Amino acid sequence: MGNTAILAENLTKYYGKTRGINNLNLAVAEGDFFGFIGPNGAGKSTTIRTLLGLISPTSGNGKVLGMDIARHRKTILQRVGYLPSDTAFYSGMRVRDILKLSAELRKKDCRADAAELCERLQLDRDRKAEDLSFGNRKKVGIVCALQHDPELLILDEPTSGLDPLMQHEFFSILQERNRKGTTVFLSSHILSEIQRYCTRAAVIREGSIIASDSVEKLAKAGARRITLKGDLKREDLPGIRNWTEQEDTVSFLYNGDPNRLIRVLAGRDIRELTVAEPDLEEIVLHFYEKGGEQV
Amino acid sequence: MTLIRHELRQAWKSLLVWTLAIGAFIVICLLMYPEMKGQMDSITSMFSSMGAFTAAFGLDTLDFGTLRGFYGIECGNILGIGGALFAALIGIAALANEEKNGTAEFLLTHPKSRAQIVSAKLAAMIIQILVMNAAVWLLSMGSVAMIGEPVPWKEFGLLHLAFFLLQAELGCVCFGISAFLWKGGAGIGLGLAIVLYFMSIIANLSDQAKVLKYITPFGYADGADILANGAIDRTKLLIGAVFATAGIALAYGKYCKKDIR
Repeated sequence: MGNTAILAENLTKYYGKTRGINNLNLAVAEGDFFGFIGPNGAGKSTTIRTLLGLISPTSGNGKVLGMDIARHRKTILQRVGYLPSDTAFYSGMRVRDILKLSAELRKKDCRADAAELCERLQLDRDRKAEDLSFGNRKKVGIVCALQHDPELLILDEPTSGLDPLMQHEFFSILQERNRKGTTVFLSSHILSEIQRYCTRAAVIREGSIIASDSVEKLAKAGARRITLKGDLKREDLPGIRNWTEQEDTVSFLYNGDPNRLIRVLAGRDIRELTVAEPDLEEIVLHFYEKGGEQV
Repeated sequence: MTLIRHELRQAWKSLLVWTLAIGAFIVICLLMYPEMKGQMDSITSMFSSMGAFTAAFGLDTLDFGTLRGFYGIECGNILGIGGALFAALIGIAALANEEKNGTAEFLLTHPKSRAQIVSAKLAAMIIQILVMNAAVWLLSMGSVAMIGEPVPWKEFGLLHLAFFLLQAELGCVCFGISAFLWKGGAGIGLGLAIVLYFMSIIANLSDQAKVLKYITPFGYADGADILANGAIDRTKLLIGAVFATAGIALAYGKYCKKDIR
């Protein structure tokens, strides 16, 4: 791994007695297109908000673009673009004023980039903040996060509220930026978009990272989806999950010794057999069902 | 400067409404003064025979029949209470409203330190109080000139300065409280302003409660005392400055380390 854009070491955040994140370890290399996967309440937003200095960690360390999150917050924010999961703006302000304010707070002239992004995202700059739909508020947030051409983009649930066409355009923009060297770190629970666009990903469960690797390896490592027609019983094979039966077809995820699988299947009357790589969604569900086992 | 300008842009409508409301009340009162002047003998004797309430509102010290007395009591109360409510509201909203309105994530993920944000919001609050007081001062002095009365510049100047300091102190205290809130706290701000006002009334009613005048900023902004003594009580002012400084220190101390919701 080259230089790290994001590094979290035993990062922990408790809200009183409530767990936010617990001993979270994460490394995102510069130039990565990184997906951060987890269900609601797993700690995705807490991780992001801690890295950006919105909340202070209870313990542990974090670095963004090589700088300590506790000591260099302002410099980090100068070089980062952030899109929160729920974007809110000052009522009474028009979109163009919000974008101008964001640029002025960064002491940058972002008019050209803002104009291009607004055109590509079909965002009307004359609308007032209070008249914007959730999707349009999201677009304003995207332009604010991107218009200053940051080195690192941190995007929390970026596509919620965007229609499929806009999602496609949004990811095109992200891919272009990533090709130019921008590191993209996006949290999502929409696994198909992580699988489609991200090169690396981490899975968070109950505040801790339970898997972190390239998306390709994450999808390949671990379980296989076995689908067969025959007289196999669930108790014939230990370590199987997601067992489903439909008429004479059974389907399950298997993560054990392949030799044992072959031996067990050889002793049964199997009429059809398919062994497939499950999609990322199945893999993530598999991780969760494994109870947080590290991989 | 960007942040201060942004804060003032967000606030200008409410500033305008409060300034016009307080200014208009004072102008109306002053324009009524020439008409009331002829009936002042009976009003003064009525006010001077209200027992404890005469002292409570400073009517035992000031002559309601003169412009000085009339202005000190009527206009002083309007600017005193109105200005205090205004200062309390903008102070209590200054830091808490970002979280209440969900804009904190936008603001605090720009490259500005928390201390810079607190400073900008504090400066914007003081500027608003200053603008409101300057506008009310101009309207008041213009109205006094309009009704053909000589303007007692020094005495009225002191009175207005005291009200400005009262509002600044109350604003700073509420500003400090604001750092601890995340849902807005208009009730807390207004409640505090009203409690402090009544503390000064109670202090005027009872000798045993005189100490309250050292706690409430209305203690040094008492029109009757200022116009009678021709000065603002420095001890009370100093105590007020301590409260204001504590409020500001509290705001920096808390907000710079606060977990944003």
